This record gives sequence, C-alpha cells and structure tokens, in this order.
Amino acid sequence: MRAHLSRRYRISASHRLHSPAYDAERNLAVYGKCNNPHGHGHNYVIEVTVAGQVDAQTGMVCNLGDLDGFVQREVVDRFDHTNLNLYEGFLNLVPTTENLCIRVYDLIFAGFDKAELVRVRIEETANNSFEYCGAGKQGQEKSVNLHA
Amino acid sequence: MILLTRKAEFSAAHYYWNEDFSAEENARIFGKCANRNGHGHNYTLEVTVEGDVDPVSGFVVDLKWLRDVIDKEVIKVYDHRHLNLEVAEFQKTIPTTENIAIAIWRRLEPNLVGARLHRVRVYEMPELFADYYGEQ
Repeated sequence: MRAHLSRRYRISASHRLHSPAYDAERNLAVYGKCNNPHGHGHNYVIEVTVAGQVDAQTGMVCNLGDLDGFVQREVVDRFDHTNLNLYEGFLNLVPTTENLCIRVYDLIFAGFDKAELVRVRIEETANNSFEYCGAGKQGQEKSVNLHA
Repeated sequence: MILLTRKAEFSAAHYYWNEDFSAEENARIFGKCANRNGHGHNYTLEVTVEGDVDPVSGFVVDLKWLRDVIDKEVIKVYDHRHLNLEVAEFQKTIPTTENIAIAIWRRLEPNLVGARLHRVRVYEMPELFADYYGEQ
C-alpha cells in the first residue's frame, strides 16, 4: 500500500528580492517592501512530502530518522540563520520563496533515496505558501504570493 | 467536483515494535518509539470526501452524518485507547502514522455510502502527518 508522509521543518532566514535585470524604480514597483536594500526575514516552514509503499516489517514509508537527518544536513543547516541572497544558488537568482522551493526540492531529490519525493511546500508567512512537485509534474500552483 | 474535509481528534497510546526484530534492531529502527511502556499523541484526523454539490441541498454530503460516521467507526474505537493493545487491526500491524491512515480508510470507506472517500490524513503531531488515497 502506497502512502504519503509529510514532515515540517523550520528555518529562519533573511532575503531581499531584487533583480539585476530591472532598474531601481522597477525593482521597487515589482517587489515593493521586499526590495528594501537591507533585506528582511521570515520564519519559513518547509513541508516535505515523500511517498512509497508502506514497508510490511516496519509500517513505514521511510524511516523518519533518515528523512530528518537528510533534511537537517542538506536543507536546514544550509539555510537556517543565513542570508539567502548569499547562498551560491541565489547569487544569480532572486531568492523568492518560489525559487527556494525549487532549490530545496532539487537538493532533496538529488540526494535522498529512501523514498520518492512528491512535493516541497514552503510557508513564507502564515498567509503565503508555495509548492513545487518537480519538473514535468503538474504542480499545484494555486497559492497566492502576497509577499506580505 | 468539490472536496470536503471534516476534522476530528483522538488521543491514544502506542509503541513501535516488530516481533521479528531483535530488541537491538527494534531500538535502532524505531528509536524512542520502541519503548514498550508506550507513549501517546493527540492525533488530528482529516477525512476528505469528494463529490458534486447536490442542487437541492447544496451539500456534497451531510456534514453531521459524516461526523457521526467518523465518530462511530474511528473515534469511539481509537480515542483514549492503547492502539497496540486495544485495537484489533494493530495487534499484528505496527500503528505508525502511515498504518493508522490506511486503517482509518478501511474503517470509513465501506460506511461512506453516497460519498466518495478522497483522502485520509492523520497528524501525529503538527509537524508530522501521513496521507492515504486508497489503493493506487
């Protein structure tokens, strides 16, 4: 029997939304207060969903310790209490939560082999959330980015 | 089609233990969940049914009826119980969050006449939940 397992992790990080492709006026128009030159921060919640057959011996889709250890090492330790703009993957990419979602998905997808990664959902605030289900899959793109 | 979700809560004790494993293996695989004295959680159950909105009632299903089915088939059986020791389906199956979601599906699905069960979601705690969509 196939089941989905989801686990929520927390990181606190700062970012500034600013595109070098736009001039100052346009950056302000597009990103609003998120364009503040000094940056700002959020308590992000990263919800990771994996799926697979429930193991007959353990009753688990995958061992939670394996998932926790991997996400802690590859995601939480990498991003928690950092400035996202300084992360190498965001030197040339605006660290919107959409892009963070894709990066986190790719990091887990590339290295976690104990279960199938189905979705990464990130809550930027209590009112904003973003989901990424991998390239080529039908993502659920109903979340609205208010950048509140 | 509309999806409709009803929440319910139950509090229960459990432990993770596989008789086929040695004590060391159980401790290694299940960690603190292998403590045979058990531990407990406040579980949150989300039952999602799917269907078309009835043009007369405006309902997908009658929510009171859905609540009563959940209450009779799940909450009355699981709430304030030790899942391993007191619930039939967990005599031989480890009551992981995944298996609880599957077991609840099996309890509800035959009793939801007139509604189609879409998903059973079980939160063991706010940071951990399992989803089951039936046989896929």
